Amino acid sequence: MTRDEAKALADRVLRLSQADQTRVNITSEWGGNTRFADGGITTSGGVINVSVTVTVTVGRKRAAATTNVLDETSLRRTVELAAQLARLSPDDPELMPELGPQKHATVNAYIEDTANLNPVARAGAVQRAIEGAGGGQIFSAGFLDAHAIVVAVATSNGLYAYHRTTDADLSMTARTPDGTGSGWAAAGSRDWGAVDPAAIGRVAARKALASRNPQAIDPRPYTAVLEPQAANDLVPLLAGALNARNADEGRSAFSKEGGGTRIGETVCDTRVTLYTDPTDPDLLGMPFDVEGLPIRRTVWIEKGVLRNLSYTRFWAQKQGAQATGAQIYNGASVFSGGGLKLTGGTNTTDELIAGCEHGVLVTHFFYIRSLDPRTVLYTGLTRDGAFLIEKGKVTRPLKNLRWNESPLLMLNRLEDIGRSEAVAAGRHMPALRIRDFNFTSLSDAV
Amino acid sequence: MSNPTRREFIGRTAATAAALASTQLHLYPAAQAVTAPSADPLVIELANEALNVARGAGASYADARVGRYRRQTIQTRERQVSSVADDESYGIGIRTLVDGCWGFAATSTLTRAGVQKAAQDAVALSRAARSVLRRRVELAPAPPVKGTWMTPVRRDPIDVPLEEKIALLLEANAVALRVKNVRFVSSGFQLLREVKTLLTSEGTNVTQTFIRVGPYFSATATAPGDFQTYEHETAPRGQGWEYVESLDIPGNAERWASLAAEKLSAKTVEPGQYDLILDPTNLWLTIHESIGHPTELDRAVGLEANYAGTSFAAPPEKTIGKLRYGPEFMNVQADRTQEGSLSRVAWDDEGVPADQWLIIEKGIFKDYQTTREQAKWIEHLTGVGRSHGCSFAESWNAVQFQRMPNISLLPGERDITLDDIIAATDRGIVIKNRGSWSIDNQRYNFQFSGQAYYEVQKGKIAGMRRDVAYQSNTPVFWNALDMIGGRSSYWLGGSFNDGKGEPSQVSSVSHGCPPCRFRNVTILNTGRKS
Repeated sequence: MTRDEAKALADRVLRLSQADQTRVNITSEWGGNTRFADGGITTSGGVINVSVTVTVTVGRKRAAATTNVLDETSLRRTVELAAQLARLSPDDPELMPELGPQKHATVNAYIEDTANLNPVARAGAVQRAIEGAGGGQIFSAGFLDAHAIVVAVATSNGLYAYHRTTDADLSMTARTPDGTGSGWAAAGSRDWGAVDPAAIGRVAARKALASRNPQAIDPRPYTAVLEPQAANDLVPLLAGALNARNADEGRSAFSKEGGGTRIGETVCDTRVTLYTDPTDPDLLGMPFDVEGLPIRRTVWIEKGVLRNLSYTRFWAQKQGAQATGAQIYNGASVFSGGGLKLTGGTNTTDELIAGCEHGVLVTHFFYIRSLDPRTVLYTGLTRDGAFLIEKGKVTRPLKNLRWNESPLLMLNRLEDIGRSEAVAAGRHMPALRIRDFNFTSLSDAV
Repeated sequence: MSNPTRREFIGRTAATAAALASTQLHLYPAAQAVTAPSADPLVIELANEALNVARGAGASYADARVGRYRRQTIQTRERQVSSVADDESYGIGIRTLVDGCWGFAATSTLTRAGVQKAAQDAVALSRAARSVLRRRVELAPAPPVKGTWMTPVRRDPIDVPLEEKIALLLEANAVALRVKNVRFVSSGFQLLREVKTLLTSEGTNVTQTFIRVGPYFSATATAPGDFQTYEHETAPRGQGWEYVESLDIPGNAERWASLAAEKLSAKTVEPGQYDLILDPTNLWLTIHESIGHPTELDRAVGLEANYAGTSFAAPPEKTIGKLRYGPEFMNVQADRTQEGSLSRVAWDDEGVPADQWLIIEKGIFKDYQTTREQAKWIEHLTGVGRSHGCSFAESWNAVQFQRMPNISLLPGERDITLDDIIAATDRGIVIKNRGSWSIDNQRYNFQFSGQAYYEVQKGKIAGMRRDVAYQSNTPVFWNALDMIGGRSSYWLGGSFNDGKGEPSQVSSVSHGCPPCRFRNVTILNTGRKS
C-alpha cells in the first residue's frame, strides 16, 4: 500500500465520521513464513491483511473499533460502532486531543529483498540452514518469518503519518540424535540479505555437538557470560520498569522512596547506555506511535544514570515532561517498535570469555517470567548450550540452570560489556559478563 | 507413607476412575442454547471456490476455513475507563496437501478473485515445501460431518450494553479503593464471539459459533518503599454473561482488595521444604504446564523443538502405558466437551468431533493429544486409529495445528475439601491463585508462585506469608502428590491466551482440579534486594 493509497483510505474513513475528533490507524501486512523440523518443512504460510482502526472522540468520551472488511458499508458500520461505544462510555479525565500535523523522521526500513522473500526462496534458505548444520546427522528445527508492513495514522486535526518496514528472522535449533545435546542460533534484520542461513545452521550444530552429555554443577551464583542473544532476552525487560507513571505512583523499581522518580540517579554500572532511536541505521524503528506522536531518540540510561522514563502524552503534560510515545502498533511498545540498543564496550564475546576465571557461558534463555516488580526480578532458564568457563576457556557443557535474577540488579554487577551487535530487527545488544549471576536450581532439560 | 492420615484420604479404584472419566463435570445449570447460526451462503460459495481451485491445482486434500471474529476489550483503572475497543476480523485460510506436503495461505480479500489467488498460493507453498522433504503427511480417517453448533449462553456478552459492563467494573473499583492502603485498581473484560465455517475436500461442512468471556480484577496497595498486588483468579470461560454475573465482582472486590493490603504486612516466607497445598485456583496452571504441554504429540516428536520445546514424556514407544506420572489415584482427562470450558467445541478445525479421553490413568501415562496427521504416528501404540480432535487455529489467518484440549485432574473418590487437607498437615504452605510461572523446554524444572500464601502449622493456618515461590521437577512433583480433594472442591480455571507455535498462536483452554497436597516441596523466598 503506497503513501497515497493509505492516505486515500484514511481520508475516506475520516469523511464518514461526524464526531468531534477522529483518528484512523491503518495496518497493511504481508507475512510469509516457513517452519521446519526433523530436517524438512512442516508448515508454511502466507497472509495478507489490511485492518483499519477508527478512534472516535465525542466531547471527552473516546472509543475505538477495528475492521478488516474495507467495503463502504463495513467502514461506515465501524465508524458508527466506534461513535456509539464512545457515546456510551463515561468521560475520560485523561483524554488528550488528537494531534495535528507533526514532523516525523523519514526512516527507510523497507527492503525489497525482504518483501519478496517468496516460498521458493524461503525453502532454499531453510535448505541452506539444514546443510549448514551438516544435513541428516543433526535433528534440525527452525523458523523463517518475513514481513512487509505499512502503518499509517491520520487524524481529523490534520495529522498524517506513513511508514513502511520489513523484517526477516531465522532461528534454528539443532539437537544431537542421542538427545543429550542441543544448540541454537538466530539472526534477524530489516534486510534479509544480512541474514546468513548457513552460518545459523553451523553455529546451532556446533553448539549442539559441544553440549552433548552435559554435567551438573552446584546451583549457586556464578560469573555468567551472556552472549548477545541472551542479553537480548533480559535487558529489554527493563522496559516495564521504565514506565514513568508507575514510577511516579510509587510502584516501580524507578520510584524514589518518599515520592517522585529516580531520574538523575545512577541506577547501574557507569559503562551502560541504553537508548531508543528509530533513525539509528542499526535499528530503523518506527518514527511515530499509534497517536502519530513522533518517536525521537530517547536515552533511557546514560553511563549508568537514569535519564528518562517513558511518558504518555497525558502523563507528560501532568508532570511537565516530554512525551516519549506510547504503543506503536499491534501492541508493540516504544522500546520494541522504536528500536533498542545497549552500548558501553568494545570487546568481543570471546574476549569476555577470555577474561573470565570461572563462570558459565549462556547461549540464550527460556520461559522468563516476573517474580517481583519492586526489583525487576525475573525467573527463567538457560537453554540450548550452557558451558563452563575455566581460566578464560570454555571447557565443558553444563546442564541447564534456572535463575532468579534482575536485569537492573545484574547491570550493577557488570564485569565487562562487549560491543553491541544486531540480534534481531530493531535490536542491538552486546555480550555481558555479570558477577554472581543468581543460578538457583538444575534442570534435566536438553 | 508414614502419615496415618494419608491412607484415609487417598486410594481410589480403577472402577471409580473409569466412572469419572465417562461423566462430565457440570459446573453450572445448562444455559439455554441460542440456535446456532448457519453459514452465510456467500461464505459457503467462497469456501467451495477455494477447494475447487486447490483441487484443480493439484491438491490431494484441502480445507477452507472462514472466520469472523468479534473481540471487545474494556479496561478500567481506579474511577475511569482507560479503553474501550471493538475489533472485527474476517477472512479465509486455505490449507492444501500436495504430494504429502502442507501449504497454507490466508486473505482478508473475500472476493472470488481473492480466494482463488489464496488457494493458488497455498498450493504453491505445498509445492515449494517438497524441495525440503520430510515424511509425507498421511491423514487418519475422519468421516465427513455437516452441522452447526454454538456455545450455550443465555446472554451473549458482546450484546450486553456497554454501560452495564462499565458500571459493573467501576462499581468494583470503587469498592476496592475504599480499602485502606489500596491506591490502584484495574479491571476489565475480554469478550469474544467467533463464527467459524470449515469446508473440506472430503465433504465436511460445519459452522460453529463460540462465545468466550475473560474478566479480570487487580488491586495494588502501597506503603512507603513497598507495593503489593493481588489479582483474583476470575477464570475465563466459554460461557455467556450469566457467568460474569455469577462471579459478583463488585460484591467480592473489598475482600480481594483487602488481600493486597494484607500482603504489605505479611511475614516474608522462611525458605525450605514444606508440604505444599495448592488451591485449584493455583493448581490448574501447574497442570497446564506440567501435564498439558508435555503430552502434546508434536512436542514429543520434536516439531516444537525450536520454540516451545520438546517433552520429557517421550519418545512415545517408551512412555505410552509405561511412564509413571504420579500416584495410583491420579487420573487426568482430556475433554473438548466439558460444559463452560474454553476449548469446548463440537468439531475441531479438521472436522473431527469433540472427544474425551484419559491422558493419565491410575498414575500411568496413557495417550497424547493428536490431530489427523499425528494419530497415525502412534496408532500402533495406542490402538486409536482416529484423531482426538486437537487441531485448532487462533484465527482465519493462521494455520491449524495441534492445540491443547481442556485437561483436568479428576477429583478423588472421597469428598475431601481444602480445609480437610490443611487440618491433616503438620507444616505446609497453602497457595491460592496464579502468580509467576516458568518451566523448562522439556517440562522438568518448574517454578511457580501465586497471589496469596499461608503457612500451615499443626493443622491450622498460622498466618499470611509473602515472597513465595515453589520449585520442583515434574515427575518428582506429581509422585509427591499424596492428598486429593473431592468433587465438591473441584474448580475450573483456564487461560484465554495460551501461546504455542511459530508464528505464535494463542488458544483458550480450561483446566479443572480439586485442591491437592504435595509432600516436601522446595519453597523459595523471592524477596531479593541486591
